[in-house]
Amino acid sequence: MRDLYDRLSALFPLGTFTEQRPDLAFISLEPAQLRSVLLHLRDREGFTHLVLLTAVDWLEDGQFQLTYLLANRARACDLGLRVRIDRDPASMDSIHDLWPTAATYQRELREMFGIDFPDSPRLQDDFILEGWQEIPPYRRDFDTLRYARETFNERPGRVSLDPATHMRDQPLTPSGR
Amino acid sequence: MTQIDMKPELQPRRVTGPDGIEFDVEPLRDYYCPELPKVEPPAYLRIVEDLFNWARAESLWILGFGTGCGAIEMRPLMTPRFDAYRYGIQWRATPRQANLFVISGYLSVKTLKRVIRSYEQMQNPKYVVGLGSCTINGGMYWDSYNTIKRLDDYLPVDVYIAGCMPRPESLLAGFEELKRLIRQGKCEGGNLYAENFDWYKANQKRVIHDWDMPDYNW
Amino acid sequence: MALLTPDRSQYPALKPDGTLDIDLSSGKYLKLWQGPQHPGITGNMSVELTVCGDEVVEGKTHVGYLHRGFEKLMERRTFIQCFPIVCRICVPEPDFNEYCFAAAIEELAGLEVPERAHWIRTLILEMGRINSYLMYLGGQAGSLGLGVIGQWATYARDVMLDRFEELTGGRIYHMFILPGGVRDGLPEGFASRMEATLRELETVMADIYDTMFCNAVFKRRTVGNGVIDRAWIDPYGVTGPNARAAGVAKDLRKDKPYLVYPQLDFEPIIGTDSDMYTRADVRRRDVLLSIDLIRQLFAKMPTQGAVMAEIPNVLHWTIPPGETYICGECSRGEYGYYLVTDGSGYPRRVNVRGPSYTHAMALLERMIVNANIADVAALMVSLHTYPPEIER
Repeated sequence: MRDLYDRLSALFPLGTFTEQRPDLAFISLEPAQLRSVLLHLRDREGFTHLVLLTAVDWLEDGQFQLTYLLANRARACDLGLRVRIDRDPASMDSIHDLWPTAATYQRELREMFGIDFPDSPRLQDDFILEGWQEIPPYRRDFDTLRYARETFNERPGRVSLDPATHMRDQPLTPSGR
Repeated sequence: MTQIDMKPELQPRRVTGPDGIEFDVEPLRDYYCPELPKVEPPAYLRIVEDLFNWARAESLWILGFGTGCGAIEMRPLMTPRFDAYRYGIQWRATPRQANLFVISGYLSVKTLKRVIRSYEQMQNPKYVVGLGSCTINGGMYWDSYNTIKRLDDYLPVDVYIAGCMPRPESLLAGFEELKRLIRQGKCEGGNLYAENFDWYKANQKRVIHDWDMPDYNW
Repeated sequence: MALLTPDRSQYPALKPDGTLDIDLSSGKYLKLWQGPQHPGITGNMSVELTVCGDEVVEGKTHVGYLHRGFEKLMERRTFIQCFPIVCRICVPEPDFNEYCFAAAIEELAGLEVPERAHWIRTLILEMGRINSYLMYLGGQAGSLGLGVIGQWATYARDVMLDRFEELTGGRIYHMFILPGGVRDGLPEGFASRMEATLRELETVMADIYDTMFCNAVFKRRTVGNGVIDRAWIDPYGVTGPNARAAGVAKDLRKDKPYLVYPQLDFEPIIGTDSDMYTRADVRRRDVLLSIDLIRQLFAKMPTQGAVMAEIPNVLHWTIPPGETYICGECSRGEYGYYLVTDGSGYPRRVNVRGPSYTHAMALLERMIVNANIADVAALMVSLHTYPPEIER
């Protein structure tokens, strides 16, 4: 995977390179570079399969990380492209014209993270949720427990224990820590 | 009737048929009945009502709507190994033909809306069985933002079957229990729903934010 | 991308913005919802069909009826607490979730899994694959009116579930694969009872072949129907049997071998015609392949040795920052987990890549254009989609 990174970095300004496994690596890059790198990988390097497109919320940095994972079947390896974008307002270029299936991922990201992808088809349609009024649920600052308590009635009698504190007093703990 | 931007197919419009005749279509008036549900009084004689209840208990027709993962254990019930048919239980495709609604597992808010519509389309007397721990108190998904925690807030439930997921044998036991209750005349779910209609509707509308259908649609 | 634009010569014109010009008040089109309460639907999802006569002009998949927010729930559970819920993401084949998540944790935490655990994991995954295919065969036949195949396939699946119950204690959800290995070794005499089960399965599969694949009605309705063009495979992210039926030997067991697959002797099952019949046939032959693989596993499996590595105290388990992607070939295609950790005791982000995600959304919407209404259900089943892995 290192040779691929060297070839790519001769053409594009790239960020850090992380080799997770011999067949899996991650490259960080700027949002402006993404489209040309994706096109190059798809058409010249044989990374023709978009495995997934997802986001990670780095709330403390005020950023979203978008991960575009591509697969090259002939070389049996996966390459992840990491792009950091601002959390508010979150917006990114759509890639639905490179892979039609990306439109689905972008609809999900719009709904679950609130990331806008201008020009992506059917972006504003409901995908998973219906009539959602809170902040997008996969954002880190959305508290699912608080929301569930406020919205739904709980049946009395349910006890929730913190396993770490509860199990400390139990004789079963292996090391007694 | 509360309506939030109705879908285009639900809006009144003038339609030209294929043979050139124009006619008005008003889906809410044409497809739904504005009547609210009514309580059905029992038969005039106790012994007649008992006979009815016996007949009802022996023909449970389940609506084939798998609302959650519990639906996967319904399939073995239809096959000779567990064979629910010998107890007079069978699966039907439409709510009009069914009188038992098995809520097979967690209900997301989006499914709840469809479940309410299907339930209201079923004929009285009708029964509801909650299958799995997640219908009782949320189960695994007790802190999820998208699944309801207590099914009996939204629909009158006759029997709960606990487990995650319950085995086919426990489903059979649950159906036997339901039959026992029906024979004793204790399953008045449809009437309960009609009596406390406002309470159920208020609960349903508290979680379903885009209510774009009539209050009672059957 | 001209190839991906469907042929709509006699159907609605396109508006300047690229959407279809469908005027519902013209009386020419009818909007029809298939699902979620519909017997011909795969799981709890729905397709919004716009039809002209009995041909589909436009189809939109609607999912989200099974959304429980797993990826959010896992962010507030410790790593070991995630295990009871990951398997619930996909009901018919839960073990793949456990394997992918466990392997992702092992990689980021640097755990070494004992050799024997790899063998038992492979065994469980192959057993689960058979179960999932049997569900499919029943559904595919049922959607075309052959109800008896559903009965036989469900019976065969029950027999296999008995073996699961014996091995793991659970019928549907097993929670057998944990980070560091598997919970337990094989019970006494398991191999011989498994052999009896496999023989039973082979009988049922032969019956299914005679009754379903040689059936004239089944052939008439599936041969040449619902073709996935080979050119769609990469743009639409098609994997698994759907791609193999188009002649692309995409099988991660061979392409990127994991667990003990390098030590097993097999070739990916491929078809050539890429229609509904070929897809069903590829899956039927895949069941037979899995039966063969299970026999090989029992022949080569070590019978002694640890099945669980030493793992830290799970109540105070923190995993160093990192990110990884683990994938494998489940019965529908490429199943993967993308896991990001940040050094705390909780996953930072888990993303599940289910094969149905691309199959049931973009590909299905593309495929049902110009199909007959009666074929829509069979077409959906033939892609072997499970909605829970789309919306989690």
